[in-house]
Amino acid sequence: MSNYRIQGATGEWEVVIGLEVHAQVTSQSKLFSSASTEFGAEPNAQVSLVDAAMPGMLPVLNGECVRQAVRTGMAIEAQINKYSRFDRKNYFYADLPQGYQISQLYHPIVGEGQLLIAKDEKAGIPQDKVIGIERIHIEQDAGKLMHDQHPTMSYVDLNRCGVALMEIVSMPHMTSPAEAGAYVRKLRSILRYVGSCDGNMEEGSMRADVNVSVRKVGDPELGTRTETKNVNSVRFVMAVIEQEARRQVDLIEDGGSVVQETRLYDPDKNETRSMRSKEDAHDYRYFPDPDLLPLNLEDAFLEECRSSLPELPDAKRLRYTGELGMTDYNAAQLTAEVETFARFETLLAETARQAGKPEAEVATQVANWTLSVAPGVIKSLGADARLEHNTAAANAAILQMVSAGTVSGGQAKEIYEIVLKIGREPAEIAETEGLKQQSDTGAIEAEIDKVLAENPDKVEQYRSGKDKLFGFFVGQTMKAMQGKANPGVVNELLKAKLG
Amino acid sequence: MTNITDLGVAAIRAGVAQGDFTAREVAEGFNANVAAASALNAFIVTTPEKALEAADKVDADRAAGKPLGSMAGVPIGMKDLFATHGVQTTAASHILEGFIPQYESTVSSNLWAAGAGMLGKLNLDQFAMGSSNETSYFGNVISPWKRSGGSNAQMSPGGSSGGSSTAVAARLAPAATGTDTGGSIRQPAAFTGITGIKPTYGRCSRWGVVAFASSLDQAGPMAHDVRDCAIMLGAMAGFDPKDSTSLDLPVPDWEAGLDGNLKGKKVGIPREYRMEGTDPEILKSWEDGIAWLKDAGAEVVDISLPHTKYALPAYYIIAPAEASSNLARYDGVRYGLRDLPEGSGLQDMYAATRAAGFGDEVKRRVLIGTYVLSAGFYDAYYTQAQKVRALVAQDFENAFKECDVILAPTTPTASFGLGEKTDDPLAMYLNDVFAVPASLAGLPAMSVPCGVNSEGLPLGLQIVGKAFDEQGVLNAGLAIEERARFTAKPEKWW
Repeated sequence: MSNYRIQGATGEWEVVIGLEVHAQVTSQSKLFSSASTEFGAEPNAQVSLVDAAMPGMLPVLNGECVRQAVRTGMAIEAQINKYSRFDRKNYFYADLPQGYQISQLYHPIVGEGQLLIAKDEKAGIPQDKVIGIERIHIEQDAGKLMHDQHPTMSYVDLNRCGVALMEIVSMPHMTSPAEAGAYVRKLRSILRYVGSCDGNMEEGSMRADVNVSVRKVGDPELGTRTETKNVNSVRFVMAVIEQEARRQVDLIEDGGSVVQETRLYDPDKNETRSMRSKEDAHDYRYFPDPDLLPLNLEDAFLEECRSSLPELPDAKRLRYTGELGMTDYNAAQLTAEVETFARFETLLAETARQAGKPEAEVATQVANWTLSVAPGVIKSLGADARLEHNTAAANAAILQMVSAGTVSGGQAKEIYEIVLKIGREPAEIAETEGLKQQSDTGAIEAEIDKVLAENPDKVEQYRSGKDKLFGFFVGQTMKAMQGKANPGVVNELLKAKLG
Repeated sequence: MTNITDLGVAAIRAGVAQGDFTAREVAEGFNANVAAASALNAFIVTTPEKALEAADKVDADRAAGKPLGSMAGVPIGMKDLFATHGVQTTAASHILEGFIPQYESTVSSNLWAAGAGMLGKLNLDQFAMGSSNETSYFGNVISPWKRSGGSNAQMSPGGSSGGSSTAVAARLAPAATGTDTGGSIRQPAAFTGITGIKPTYGRCSRWGVVAFASSLDQAGPMAHDVRDCAIMLGAMAGFDPKDSTSLDLPVPDWEAGLDGNLKGKKVGIPREYRMEGTDPEILKSWEDGIAWLKDAGAEVVDISLPHTKYALPAYYIIAPAEASSNLARYDGVRYGLRDLPEGSGLQDMYAATRAAGFGDEVKRRVLIGTYVLSAGFYDAYYTQAQKVRALVAQDFENAFKECDVILAPTTPTASFGLGEKTDDPLAMYLNDVFAVPASLAGLPAMSVPCGVNSEGLPLGLQIVGKAFDEQGVLNAGLAIEERARFTAKPEKWW
């Protein structure tokens, strides 16, 4: 249980949250038609006769969408229903040509599953928490109305109409905005690992309906919930919960009561407002779609779905902290995004190969480089960074020089900058640009002798117990060596000379 | 020589193939009959040029020695429920008036590919909802039949495929497509003295057919005799990946399989079909049918279909429920009628468009369907009706353990006069009481003419078969046809 509380006039309140996430299924064509699903086409350029609900048109199920939903279900350890069915949800709207949405009310394709959100004390998640998932069903998306094209008329774009969505319904297991945010991020991560949704919230590939209720701390009864529709970023999901919980507490404490209703979030004003209440809720008249047969999944199909799943975030994180001996933080960071772990694992393999060492021995070095050093350099270069030069081979070569002591951390960054800008061989850069550490004891010794000779008073003080002055000698020596001395060698020699 | 337009599918095809006449002559003959029969109001749109174009292609193919299709040289009428590319398709509704599809239904495509040509789009009950063809926005079709004794009353050609039945009976077309949701091929066939078969659900693709009730709608041929139906059904049927409920089975050569000898076959007579209110002359025709099938070598057995009386009520829940949803797409937004009163919004546009665009019977069924699917009523009506449907199907399965086909009347009465039942929807619905059970069970069923009643009006007998056994149905139909020797024709008055 999180310790998120809303302070009210009458005491402390807690919030209960459930999320319905709509995730657009990654597929070439729509759920029941062959029209393309690509984002950004001219309005109504991707509309089949079926999507436009022309008379006599019939839906034909896209098997790839089924496969993606099943794989997603498997990734959240859910019950896969070998029998499922499609239902019509009937209502009139101009973005819904059929006059009904084909969905799955009575027999969804995926049953109960779960998802783990990781402990994050800073965010107020004191320990790992399992969030239950009630179901996943597949359904059609609607089109889009445009109200700004004409003074008195609205325009309809049906490109999105009929695109496959997975509706992923959580149980009301979240009790803070942070948990809800972590849930959405984790779900997004899993979907992207599986490849069943691109998780692009700006393009509307993922959006959430946020169910919120409040109750007095310790009250076993759930309060009346509201549902805020179509929230399209993690930040907004969290903001909705904060606003809505506060609004509900104030309402109840002022003697009112929460109405079960649908609300909309206005990000500009950071507030939710009522869209329609239960009284004028639609009666959707769900019934089985007679144009479609029930869906029966065969064992071979399920087996193919299962064997096509990649290593998933939780398993990967455990492997990183276990086999690779990585810190929890690094493991969590590296496994959050598909692109990050992919880059990391490629570089890890290459670095281990070049170093001739097991991956576990170089993992921490590669992790630090991947998470902080490399992104810092790339960011500082901005548009000058030519990422086609950012190969695993080049990165591994730099890391290899660092661990061999040939170049310092600072030199590694400089070499990396040149690699990114021009794309030369790291070893060659180190050589020709003078970006190598001096490990030649003779040269270093000569400089140390000079430094000691120039600072007899400090030598005296050091020898009489002022240990802190050691850093001064190191600094002076490095300065004299123009920063190119191997610090390990400098330390060793200084200690010997100072006695 | 016989008048070409008295010929049926097989005879026309043979005559064209043998060079007795050209396909163009056939098309011209029927085009002329169509043009002269506007009093029957069988067509919403006529397409003489399409018929000629298809005929010329067949004549050219024949001249070039190319193989000819199974419907080569046969012009047909197309029920205006099938979408036809570039030709107005209305479902006999105002809301689709002027709608010209940019696609061709699978069934009509199949027919054109087999060498058939189109004489025009046939009138029907609006959205196929009706049993008398009186719900069409384009006016009712008039049967070519009259009661004997000089009666001038206009008779119903049945419905919903009333344009199809009239066109074939009046020799405006040698054959026509029909669709059957709860008897819409069989009942009009019976009313007009022609033959029509509804195949097993899924035999003919529904792609491009304006939907009434998706789980029941099934296309089929309407023609003069069993052989013509077998030929045309063969051309219409086939697996269609664009229809998820299409049967992925090979189409048998039904024509080649025709055999009126029923030796070794058992014919079931359902005792529950002896209903009160059934016309005694209908019951008499049923007895005739039993005798003919015995004569053809069949053994007649008494069977029970205990849930028959629940079939019609269940049908009038399921069909309107599906229709209420299927017809939601006619909203004035993308095609068809739009009624947008000055200054009105979306909801007003829906209301005005649908109020103006749908006829009373369509509205009645949309309302019934909306009601039975509503929260709080769904289980009492829709769920219950689906249970009944399963029991009705179970009845047939049990019955078919004891027999190969079932013989019953097609309708409880012969044709009635236009306007005689329009004030009583329930009486109208009862007309489909014998037809609906086979629809609910998805079974093949056909109507074959078996004689005329004392008023000179045709009567039909219905044969219901096992799923996928169209052959058994056609063969029993042939046995009746061979013995009934139905030759009555309507006197030309139009």
